[in-house]
Amino acid sequence: MSFALWTPLAVPVILALLSLAVPVPALRRLAPVASSAAVLGSGLLLVSAVLADQVPTLGGGLLRADALSAYMLTVVGAVGLVSTWGGLGHATAAPARFAGSYDALISVFLAAMSLAVLADNIGLMWAAVEATTITTAFLVGHHRTRSSLEAAWKYVILGSVGVAIALLGIVLIYAASRGTGEPTLSWLVLSQAGLPLDPVLIRAGGALAVLGFATKAGLAPMHSWLPDAHSQAPAPVSGLMSGVLLAVALYAILRIQTITNAVIGPDFLRIMLSIAGLLSLFVAAALLIRQRDFKRMLAYSSIEHMGMMAVGAAIGAAALPAVLLYVLGHGLTKATLFVISGRILEVEGTPRIDGVRALLVRRPGLAVPWLIAMAALIGFPPFSIFFSEVGIIIAGWTTGMGAVVGIALVLLLVIFASLTRLTVTMTIGAPAASVTAGAAVAAGAAVGAGAAGAAGAAGAPAELAGPDAPAAPPAEPDRSAHGPRLPLILALGTTAVVAFIAEPVGTLLARAAAVLGGIQ
Amino acid sequence: MFDTIYPQLIGLCTGALLLTSALMVWRHSLLASIRLLSVQGFALAALVAVIGVEEGETEVIIVSVLVLLVKGIGLPWVLAHETQATTRTDEAPRLNPTAGLLTVALLTILSYVVASRLLAGDSSVSAHAAPIGLAMVLIGFLLLVTRRQAGSQLIGFLVLDNGIATVAFLTSGGVPLFLELGISLDVLLVVVILYVFAGRMRNKFGNTDIDQLRKLHD
Repeated sequence: MSFALWTPLAVPVILALLSLAVPVPALRRLAPVASSAAVLGSGLLLVSAVLADQVPTLGGGLLRADALSAYMLTVVGAVGLVSTWGGLGHATAAPARFAGSYDALISVFLAAMSLAVLADNIGLMWAAVEATTITTAFLVGHHRTRSSLEAAWKYVILGSVGVAIALLGIVLIYAASRGTGEPTLSWLVLSQAGLPLDPVLIRAGGALAVLGFATKAGLAPMHSWLPDAHSQAPAPVSGLMSGVLLAVALYAILRIQTITNAVIGPDFLRIMLSIAGLLSLFVAAALLIRQRDFKRMLAYSSIEHMGMMAVGAAIGAAALPAVLLYVLGHGLTKATLFVISGRILEVEGTPRIDGVRALLVRRPGLAVPWLIAMAALIGFPPFSIFFSEVGIIIAGWTTGMGAVVGIALVLLLVIFASLTRLTVTMTIGAPAASVTAGAAVAAGAAVGAGAAGAAGAAGAPAELAGPDAPAAPPAEPDRSAHGPRLPLILALGTTAVVAFIAEPVGTLLARAAAVLGGIQ
Repeated sequence: MFDTIYPQLIGLCTGALLLTSALMVWRHSLLASIRLLSVQGFALAALVAVIGVEEGETEVIIVSVLVLLVKGIGLPWVLAHETQATTRTDEAPRLNPTAGLLTVALLTILSYVVASRLLAGDSSVSAHAAPIGLAMVLIGFLLLVTRRQAGSQLIGFLVLDNGIATVAFLTSGGVPLFLELGISLDVLLVVVILYVFAGRMRNKFGNTDIDQLRKLHD
């Protein structure tokens, strides 16, 4: 089974080289989709191996797939597949000279993320995470506008300084392991209990490493790059960053937490992660109330969910299965939403929430999946985010962290209200007449369709727009999904049912949590 | 013979590292900072070589050659190449030189205090020099925060990275060779990317002043 350890690394790299060489855009656009499929396939193979009580290793133990790594690789592949497949309809609008590099960079990004979760070495994982900063930098700056350049600059500076702090932490952990005779950076060795590691160095190293990876995970107060980068990057890239990059940074935090817990106990990082988690929830709540841009809205929602996951990580063992399920649910939902947001941005031509109104009447093909995915994101059952949040909150009560989850619950309610209001603004209601001529034409269509409330308000402007647009207004609302529908249906369907499958999902989550010392 | 001069060599190299970092805070010209960065790269390579000879490990000596090529020659060359191609703009930092040097002194004291707690149980020569690495990390942060030009921020990032490498070599004789390769490659690529973005910034805005990057906010 150990071939499944190198396929998620080699296949995307080969496809990246191919997409630089192939001049046919239609074929080239498929390369990232194929890369994601290769990662997902390898992830599923490794999951089946793990469930059969095997632990595949390769390269003298440098690559190793325990339950947690196999699960994370599956998440990387699944979220990657939704983002890249769903993004196929997305026009990249780049100079022809750079068109191939876009697809190549996405494939390299997927390979680097796979390496980060499969490496049984903190240093190698660090290098892989830093490599994703490098690949995503050009993807964030892809549109080459003034704002995307600003977002990319901030992202690279903050991202690489953040991971540089993490490197300092890793160096200190390495120095702490000299007491074992052979200094090592292997997760497997370092997370054993009872090693003679220097507690002072482990404390400092763990704190710095968590701080550095928290920057990458978008936890407050180091989150400031995230809304800019997510809102300026092309939609499939935003989906990948939100669903994969943040999740892998959290994975790194969880692994480091295992090392520090074994040496200095859980209290130290518990306090740090609780503060970061609650602060993230607070920042998200404060900035979502008056949010005007729907891609930034999704970005702040990512900060919110990472904050909640950090709270779960702070709670520790009891909450870990819920946190891991959360990673999958959030990744799939957010990738879906970013893909749809890219399509809305493309057809409506504006990222502003008040520029996009009455979507349900005008463009049901986009509004229906958007509403379902927003419901999943906000935390409605049967979608798995609901069960993850409930799991974390219950685990918090039972382990005596009632105050932390209580505050988190209040902030979640504020965010729930804000996101509901913003979604309703975008989708439900009568088409506003003053938005654009195109919207007015669509309003006319709404009148034709007999939308009761719209008749009086929008009828007159539609007539006014008539002379400007002599072509007959479309009688039907726009039912097109403006891109592939299947990935969105698969993603939302998976998040809706995954929480109910005890075998093998429940078993896998329990085993993955056990890797982190979750279930003794 | 070597054992007697080993502490002095370590002291000489780390002294050069700290001195170049402090001078970078003091000097405002970008070209001068790049030359200092090159000197710093040579000092770091010499430090690695001294540690390698003391421990008798060929792997560490190979790393020292790598450090020399990347940090002493490669990166400064890329940066100087970029700077000479453009009109020279001198830095107008947020701190004046006196305040800057005072801050450097405070940061150095702070890192000695922190390191004395961290490495309390370690009395080797190299562990005594480790605070210099921490001081360089903090000075790198200082440069990142107080400089306004894209190129100077880049130099701050590189000083930060040199500081981390110094800590790594002084506390544990350096990370394994393949990791050192990976880390060097990553840093090199980050610098190339920032260099490309600085070029795009110059094309779009006419200069590389970071303060104008204020459009995106909530």
